[in-house]
Amino acid sequence: MATRVHMEALSPTMEEGQVVKWLKGEGDAVAQGDILAEIETDKATMELVARGEGVLRRVLVSEGAAAPVGDVIAIIAAEGEDIAAMEAGLGGGDAAGAAGAGAGEADGNGASDAGPGDGRTEAPQPAATPGTAAPAGAPETATSARSAEAPAPATTTAPAMEATVPAAPTRVKASPVAKRLARDAGLDIATVRGSGPGGRVIKRDVEAAARAAAEAAAATPAPPVTPWPAPPDTEFEDIALTQMRKTVARRLTESLGPVPHFFLTVDADMTRALAARKRVNELLAARGAKASINDLVIKAAAVALTHHPECNAWWQGDSIRRFHRVHVGVAVAVPDGLITPVVRDAHAKGLGRISTEVRELAGRAREKKLQPHEYTGSTFSISNLGMFGIEEFTAVINPPEAGIIAVGAVEERPVAVAGEVVVQPRMRVTMSCDHRVIDGAQGARFLATLKSFLEEPSAILM
Amino acid sequence: MAGNTNGTTDYDVIIIGGGPGGYVAAIRAGQLGLKAACVEADKLGGVCLNIGCIPTKALLSSALLVNELKGAGGHGISFDGFTADLGPAQKRSRKVASRLSNGVSFLLKKNKVDHIEGYGRLLGGGAVEVEKDGGKRRITAGDIVIATGSRPRSLPFLEIDEERIWSSTGALFQEKAPETLVVVGAGAVGMEFADIYNAYGTKVTVIEALDRVLPLEDSDSSRTVAQAFKRRKMDIFTSARVESTVARDDGVTISFTDKRGKAHTLDVDYVLSAVGRIPNTEDIGLEAAGVKLTERGNFIAIDEATRTSVPGVWAVGDCAGNQLLAHKGMHEGVVAVEHIAGIGHHTVDYGNVPNCTYCHPEVASVGLTEEQAREKGLDIEVGKFPWAGNGRALAAGDSTGFIKVIRDKRYSEVVGAHIVGPHATELIAEFVMARHLESTVEEIDRAMHPHPTLSEAVAEGALGALGRALHV
Repeated sequence: MATRVHMEALSPTMEEGQVVKWLKGEGDAVAQGDILAEIETDKATMELVARGEGVLRRVLVSEGAAAPVGDVIAIIAAEGEDIAAMEAGLGGGDAAGAAGAGAGEADGNGASDAGPGDGRTEAPQPAATPGTAAPAGAPETATSARSAEAPAPATTTAPAMEATVPAAPTRVKASPVAKRLARDAGLDIATVRGSGPGGRVIKRDVEAAARAAAEAAAATPAPPVTPWPAPPDTEFEDIALTQMRKTVARRLTESLGPVPHFFLTVDADMTRALAARKRVNELLAARGAKASINDLVIKAAAVALTHHPECNAWWQGDSIRRFHRVHVGVAVAVPDGLITPVVRDAHAKGLGRISTEVRELAGRAREKKLQPHEYTGSTFSISNLGMFGIEEFTAVINPPEAGIIAVGAVEERPVAVAGEVVVQPRMRVTMSCDHRVIDGAQGARFLATLKSFLEEPSAILM
Repeated sequence: MAGNTNGTTDYDVIIIGGGPGGYVAAIRAGQLGLKAACVEADKLGGVCLNIGCIPTKALLSSALLVNELKGAGGHGISFDGFTADLGPAQKRSRKVASRLSNGVSFLLKKNKVDHIEGYGRLLGGGAVEVEKDGGKRRITAGDIVIATGSRPRSLPFLEIDEERIWSSTGALFQEKAPETLVVVGAGAVGMEFADIYNAYGTKVTVIEALDRVLPLEDSDSSRTVAQAFKRRKMDIFTSARVESTVARDDGVTISFTDKRGKAHTLDVDYVLSAVGRIPNTEDIGLEAAGVKLTERGNFIAIDEATRTSVPGVWAVGDCAGNQLLAHKGMHEGVVAVEHIAGIGHHTVDYGNVPNCTYCHPEVASVGLTEEQAREKGLDIEVGKFPWAGNGRALAAGDSTGFIKVIRDKRYSEVVGAHIVGPHATELIAEFVMARHLESTVEEIDRAMHPHPTLSEAVAEGALGALGRALHV
């Protein structure tokens, strides 16, 4: 007697679950109570146990894919038992969902790649239908042949788009980099149309698919998320939301409004920063440049963000975009409001250059002469009210960015050092974090790095 | 009549220039059934076959043999009165070149390409003028591929006369190694000739304006090669500026300042100017046809499919800029013709062009240097495997250098690979392939490499970039 395996409600509030890993593959014998798969719920990763016995005949939801509670995600039946009727009764799953991931095939890509849902799992391609059969191309040479794998039929290179009944598992023609990228972007590689030789899915295809998916998601009215223009040439990775992340986002939004802020403050000893700035300005004098403490904060924060990329990110509604380069928005007061011109690649620029750019951008901002590309695309922002004598304040996040720091004045204040009260130039930095993206400990770690850079600017060079 | 000219033009495609870019384009055109002509004013094969890559490699093979024989005592080989004479080696290099040039002629015939001798110029609108011995004729085609190449650059204070101040051409035609030679420019050409002349007994001094030899390579590669050359008693001045050269009948006086600003004057037999190449883009009718040049360097401006600013006109090889390398030109030639034939599905990946220098130790690379990768802000891991850890290299007595693999940790891509040492120029191809197939670094490790071979070091370099090399 065939048994349907359902996505079960493994937590009280679970609405859908994501298959982290199939522990049984198609063709494996299954006894009642065996652990079939690891399922990520909104709370934790749970085990899904078998409620029938026989052979795991069909896996309908691939690793990394999610299914609502109640959906059939696999079929257990006796060997040789006809399950066509049962499959037909499921209404023909889509190819994406039907991507069978044999547990034994999740071979991982090495030590640095031990994550679940390895991109190299094999997805069955649909049997070629007249409409989808592409010109017969030479079968792609396997880059790492595995003996257990059935030879791939050489005749179909059509992307798996219109599958009804999965045929024998074949390998998806895709480059290793494309597979890894797809996994990180939460995309099923079998659904990506390949533009390489013989329909091979290569890096640019996955990048395009990820972009299209993000745009499509942004375009759907459900959560009103503005499609933010990506800054040109910015490198980033989109991180799919885990169930945990989705729940955190929903709950916090309900509690606090559209952007659930929280705040962290550090108080830094600026003795060395002031000395460093003095020395730098002596060196810059020849070039006619002069760096401010704010320029130093920009540089320090940008470099610190390269150490803490989780804080250098955008909230995109359905994913988090984590950037590998740091574009700092610098809040500038203008007569009728404020604007944040962007210092691009601030982590890679010298203080002289940052200073010159900030001055130039701020000047034109006050004249309202900034071009749109000069005030969009920042990945993190800095607001400084130190010049007004403000000791500390909180700044409002500039969406879709996940963080902003509010920088106060450098003032001499008494502090206790090793039991003695001494007077030091101190500066307070308060970070506002979007809790959907940044958790408390992450923000704290970033601020600790920033503080260490401000207290010992030489460390920026390390 | 072959092809699809419909009788309205003489040819489907005319290729101006018979160097590596041009003749490969012509062969591919023939293969695709296009009616093609290749116009060449000089010898088929261009600079590469006749006065470039190939004869230089012949001389470098001779130089390597000389150096190996000098150190052959450990193999039980000894000589009385060992001599190395450049003359026969030079003649041998000419034989190799002419054999290959004839081979190109055969390949064009085999692929039914008309080889038209003469100087080609664009007339605009699909027409080309061919000038030979004062006579001119006009031929037409649907598409034209410009492959006119480049020539050595001559600087005002270092004017090439090929008598006392050579370009690479002059350096190729010497039958006797001089006592002293100054090489200006420590790029691939300069370093290769320095290697050759040093082997045949010339006292060689290398002068480079930038701060290291092979300045386009990873700084580790530059350092290793400079050390090897210094061990062979060559003098190297980097960050040095040539002030003047005065050629006389019996030698050259060259004045330069070193990196500390100290002035030097050397009286030497010859000077080799190896300070780069400039494109042959004058007097080929570009203005008449309306073909645009790049703002810098006067190269023909093209896109990744080798299209120029004028529809139906394509440009490949050195005249079209980017890397001035024969293999890049050949690749562009194929891309151009496949687009002309309407089957163009790929473009030139200028980020995946391998660089090779055939001096000893050999140097090869592809992708970014470590410095460039860091400047781009990539999160990288670098593996560096020394040849001293490779059994085959040690057995061959050739263990100078390393294989360095730069891995982007994000998707484990090979962002750069740098090899100095035995057969570096052959081994680099594995990295080019890995990059082209978008392999991760893990894949290079998992593909089994035969033991004992030099190729094992490729896998070890990859493992190094994963933080787990086995033999270091």
